[in-house]
Amino acid sequence: MRDVAVIGIGLTKFGELWDKSFRQLITEAGAKAILDSGISGEEIDAMYIGSMSSGRFVGQEHIGALVAEASGFSHLHIPSTRVEGACASGGLAVRQGYLSIASGMNDIVVVGGIEKMNDVSGTAATGTLATAADQEWESFFGVTFPGLYAMIARRHMHEYGTTKEQLAQVAVKNHKNGALNPNAQYRREITLEQAINATMVAEPLGLLDCSPVTDGAASIVLCAAEKAKKYTDKPIKIIGSGQGSDTLALHSRRDICTLDATVHAAKMAYKQANVTPKDIDLAEVHDCFTIAEICAIEDLGFVKKGEGGKAIENNITTLDGQIPINTSGGLKTKGHPVGATGVAQIVEIVEQLRGEADKRQVKDAKIGLAHNVGGSGATAVIHILEAM
Amino acid sequence: MKDIGIVSYGAHIPRFRIKTEDIAKAWGKDPKTIENGLGIIEKTVPSIDQDVATISVEAARAALARCNIDPKDIGAIYVGSESHPYAVKPTGTIVGEAIGATPILKVADYEFACKAGTAAMQTCVAMVKADMIKYGMAIGADTSQAAPGDALEYAASAGGAAFIIGKENVIASINETCSYTTDTPDFWRREGSKYPAHGGRFTGEPAYFKHIINNAKNLMKLVDTKPEDYNYAIFHQPNGKFPLKVSKMLGFTYEQIKQGLLCPYVGNTYSGATMIGLASVLDIAKPGDRIFLTSYGSGAGSDAFDITVTNEIKKLRKEKAPLMSDMIKNKEYIDYATYAKFRDLLLLE
Repeated sequence: MRDVAVIGIGLTKFGELWDKSFRQLITEAGAKAILDSGISGEEIDAMYIGSMSSGRFVGQEHIGALVAEASGFSHLHIPSTRVEGACASGGLAVRQGYLSIASGMNDIVVVGGIEKMNDVSGTAATGTLATAADQEWESFFGVTFPGLYAMIARRHMHEYGTTKEQLAQVAVKNHKNGALNPNAQYRREITLEQAINATMVAEPLGLLDCSPVTDGAASIVLCAAEKAKKYTDKPIKIIGSGQGSDTLALHSRRDICTLDATVHAAKMAYKQANVTPKDIDLAEVHDCFTIAEICAIEDLGFVKKGEGGKAIENNITTLDGQIPINTSGGLKTKGHPVGATGVAQIVEIVEQLRGEADKRQVKDAKIGLAHNVGGSGATAVIHILEAM
Repeated sequence: MKDIGIVSYGAHIPRFRIKTEDIAKAWGKDPKTIENGLGIIEKTVPSIDQDVATISVEAARAALARCNIDPKDIGAIYVGSESHPYAVKPTGTIVGEAIGATPILKVADYEFACKAGTAAMQTCVAMVKADMIKYGMAIGADTSQAAPGDALEYAASAGGAAFIIGKENVIASINETCSYTTDTPDFWRREGSKYPAHGGRFTGEPAYFKHIINNAKNLMKLVDTKPEDYNYAIFHQPNGKFPLKVSKMLGFTYEQIKQGLLCPYVGNTYSGATMIGLASVLDIAKPGDRIFLTSYGSGAGSDAFDITVTNEIKKLRKEKAPLMSDMIKNKEYIDYATYAKFRDLLLLE
């Protein structure tokens, strides 16, 4: 296994991007990452593109080749593959790119992630996202993701005494971080009262407990670590990569308050990186709903099971806290273009480890973790990165 | 264009109202959230025998009653609406016949979502300017449709206004008018469809706001004015919130827009919306007052007008027809069941 480093990053603005097409978005993110890395098109050995449901969102499948073409590489015939794992599609594309270099097959790989979700109605977007749940056992009966995560939240409240205020605090904290992120969909702070009193979506989750529907794309350039210094002074090494899966349906899980796929992926990644949760300086976690962030910090081992709510309350996850979580604003505030999210998380970690995160910069950040989840936890993918 | 403008005007809205609260309750929604979100308290509902033709005739008659124009001197009638009673057969002929303006008369029906009425005004201004007609009548009226349960149902209402455009006895000069148009599919109704469809939040920023803001700025550039030069401003009002936001973005104050902002009490009268807003302003305007009007029609386009009220307005016999404030006060509430009956929402054997 060879070491792999990130040598370029690119991100579009996240939001309701009415003026930009699917092609324009992914090309913008890819071009930024390629320019940032300084590679030429001829040097690219392969491309991996994460997208959950381009077919339902914009009517376009077969996007591996499409992205290569839109990037101006069709004459180079670069192998380009689409990767899908619901909202973890981006993280999985990163992992595929990583594995292909680690295996020795490729030297330089461009990874992209994209979703353009606002071209369909809110109802259609919710319906499309719900295809990531179990169609026979969940969606058929009418449940969509806010409902599934609401059940997780209810159970977490019942088991561990987690409160609605603690959920709201996750949103307040992420809005505070997102306000500092120029690419975030919502660059504004919110109050605890606003978060608590927001329009109810699925009890106990209100509107401000939910991540939004977003257009956006992200891209990174991966390179064999031994060659990385040729392109950049600040390569960021991927020191651990883990992936796990679980039942699609929430009700089939051992414990609905624990995402065992996350626990499994984390174990893999920590072992490979030879680090413990205590060594992580910051993390981007999959906060599609505020309860998901609370579960994530528990499942990743930053706090004990059941203590996630308390941890939020004690401010250990703020920008200057013991373990800053979602410095980008997270899915909640930065936005959640599902296929792009996993790649965008890596972009944030790389910016932080390069020391280029401006007002969001975590002091002395050396090791960062990105945690990307598909569905209600049937897929989880984790990467641990370190400045070289 | 100083000498061309509005000679008289009249408006009409149905007497029936349904409260936002009652619609929200029918669909299990929180009334306060909807009311605050849309800025609409209640909306007008056309009775079973009211349509764009009857509303247009009422408004046209009101306009004629206020001035001394022989209907035979009206050389053109253009009716803007997206709910003409007939798909093929003009509303304008019904109006022409009802007010005695036929048969030496140019007529056509217009459709441009919510701005067909202001487009009709522009045509009349041009025809008067070209001496093709002595007076032209521009009408904007709608009994707009909304699918039961759709967000549009809280807003889609009925009403309209008629404006007589000419060169003599002008009560309000139309100094300048300009338009801003792109192909933007934010809201539409296909042939044969009973209810319109819309692009949700796409109807906001890239549609309503983009077109109104660009057009309003273009007009102020053309006539070299600033928001503070106007006594009144009227913006298209699909709900109570958008006009507040767009006026703020352009630098107008609430004081300038409140007289023309009727949506919270009557709903969105579509082609009638900016026209009844202008009627409401003219109801109280004094000589010398300057009025800024910007309509918006989905699809999409905006027409903007720079208007100055003249001394002639004192001679207009406003009392011969009801003022907007009178019509807003004259109301009878109906419940959702009656509303469903009036709006033909029930499937009958």
